[in-house]
Amino acid sequence: MSTTIGTSNATVDPRVQAIGVEETGGRPTKDVESRPAGSKTNPIASAIGKTAIWVLLVGFAFAFLYPFLWLLSASFKPRGEVFDNRLIPQTFNPQNYAEVWEKLPLLSWMGNSILIAVLAAGLVTLSSSVVAFGFAYFKFPGRNLLFGLILATMMLPGAVTLIPTYLIWNNFGLVGTNVPLWAANLFGSAFYIFLQRQFFLGLPRELFEAARMDGASYWGLFWRIAAPLSVPSFIIVFIFEFQASWNNLQAPLIYLNTGGIESFTVPLGISYAMTAFSPGNGGQGDYQWVMVAALLVTLPMLILFAFGQRYFIEGIATQGRKG
Amino acid sequence: MTALADPTATSELAGAVKRPKGEPKVPRQKVKYNRREAIAGYMFIAPWIVGFLIFTLGAMIYSLVISFSRYNLATDTATPVGIANYELLFEDPRVMLALGNTLFFAIMAVPLEIAFALFLAMLLNRVGRGAGLFRTLYYLPKMTPSVAAASVFLLLLNGNYGAINRGLAAIGVQGPQWLTDPNWVKPSIVLMTLWGVSGTMIIFLAALKNVPRDLYEVASLDGAGKVRQFFTITVPMISGTIFFNLLVLTIAALQVFDQAFLLFWRNQANASPEASLFYAVYLFQQAFRNFNFGFAAAMAWLIFLIIMIITFIQVKFGNRFVYYEGDKD
Repeated sequence: MSTTIGTSNATVDPRVQAIGVEETGGRPTKDVESRPAGSKTNPIASAIGKTAIWVLLVGFAFAFLYPFLWLLSASFKPRGEVFDNRLIPQTFNPQNYAEVWEKLPLLSWMGNSILIAVLAAGLVTLSSSVVAFGFAYFKFPGRNLLFGLILATMMLPGAVTLIPTYLIWNNFGLVGTNVPLWAANLFGSAFYIFLQRQFFLGLPRELFEAARMDGASYWGLFWRIAAPLSVPSFIIVFIFEFQASWNNLQAPLIYLNTGGIESFTVPLGISYAMTAFSPGNGGQGDYQWVMVAALLVTLPMLILFAFGQRYFIEGIATQGRKG
Repeated sequence: MTALADPTATSELAGAVKRPKGEPKVPRQKVKYNRREAIAGYMFIAPWIVGFLIFTLGAMIYSLVISFSRYNLATDTATPVGIANYELLFEDPRVMLALGNTLFFAIMAVPLEIAFALFLAMLLNRVGRGAGLFRTLYYLPKMTPSVAAASVFLLLLNGNYGAINRGLAAIGVQGPQWLTDPNWVKPSIVLMTLWGVSGTMIIFLAALKNVPRDLYEVASLDGAGKVRQFFTITVPMISGTIFFNLLVLTIAALQVFDQAFLLFWRNQANASPEASLFYAVYLFQQAFRNFNFGFAAAMAWLIFLIIMIITFIQVKFGNRFVYYEGDKD
């Protein structure tokens, strides 16, 4: 815990960041393939084993992907066929995608969601890295205690602070606006502070000492030296928080449910639409609109994953390593 | 990234430069702090301190106060009512019902999640080429917003025309009424949770990569079979990760909200209002539908206490089974 920049026993190793996904990913390693060769396994058994593994892999892939395929095809079906479980629509109805915008205020929902997610992710990235740099570079009384406190707050169930937080925003008259959905991110967030600190600890200390010689301010150390070198960890934090914010249901349910449906985020809007358009339970059964909206809320996350895959994998793996 | 091009060299250098230059052998107790540096440090962490004082410590104290009061939202006043809210926790049968449901769900979900995630991770760890592709595919559910997942599972799980029961019927099994039969409400949510288990899988995969290969080679020379290797090498070597996942997944399971809310509590129509009442859902209803803030705050402290106790027990027992590798980390 008494580590500081340059001691380099970091868990998020910049080397890993630089190399990317290979480090933790399922790439072929020579050991894996050559391992059984030495032992006296018989070739038929090993062939059966290999086949079984591939059958399982493909089977699970199908199970994981089936809901996506189902969603995709349902979004192209006309009202009467949404529930027919066909993966290829009997009647191909692409005009769902044109009409959904009149049925649901999806455009404002998306605008709200994007604005909130960008603010939440941008602010938390900046604030967490500033705080993390404070813990990584400087020595001050109580540092380890305070850092321990940060880790401890990760254990606190959200329920405990849910109501007072609501009352705080209510006192400011901000319930019904999107401010409560991002403003607390100005103050950093425990897991991201932890993650960024680990990254900073891996930077060589003499970089900072040289800059101090050249008269850089403390802020300069952070902004001109640490920050540019830490872009990968910034990206991890940003996309994690972006995803968390984009997918968040409970907070919009608490803070935005009072206003008109135009002020909803996409998840809140879809939960509303699920009721309005579900078959039975008073819904009118036009579930294809829900399917189109569900597809449109998922797509940005899949795109984000396509571009940021290695950051997600690395971020998740880091979570495990802190234990 | 060029700055990090040869990081091994630089970090070694950092160590080498630091040691002679860093603190000479001063007795540990009196660390000398550079005043300017210390002040700057506090400035950097100031945002977190402010946030902590308001949104964590302040909120916790406030929450405690509210839990001993009746809160009137219209006038924004809290009237002290002593321990009435806490007494009500034990008088309201729905609190115990919700707690029982939630614990039951956690006991069912967590071991399945760990077993399934570990199984998938070992599967991916076995194959060479192509593992990356499958890992990507398996991870996609984790990226999916819970509303989108729920809007699809609501139909997949439908007892009459849902794809899951159609699939079961094809192999001659009569599927249950997942969403309306009280006995099948929790398994439905477990199923949805298992679909999104890939985060845990990634953590296991990273741990499996760190198990030294030669251990398996030695074991297999000694004639240990695959099953034996799994229990004598793999499990002990990744026991720290299993333990971590156990803690995290338990805490998450005790707070499950989204799936229960979306599948059962969006509106008044709910075919199994008893079996689907999860703690977080009931707390949410009490707080933001009925505006019983005092009671809901007391509920929050109860679940906090329960989570602490469960975590404590897990840590107490976990330490016996977890193998920590050397002094690393």
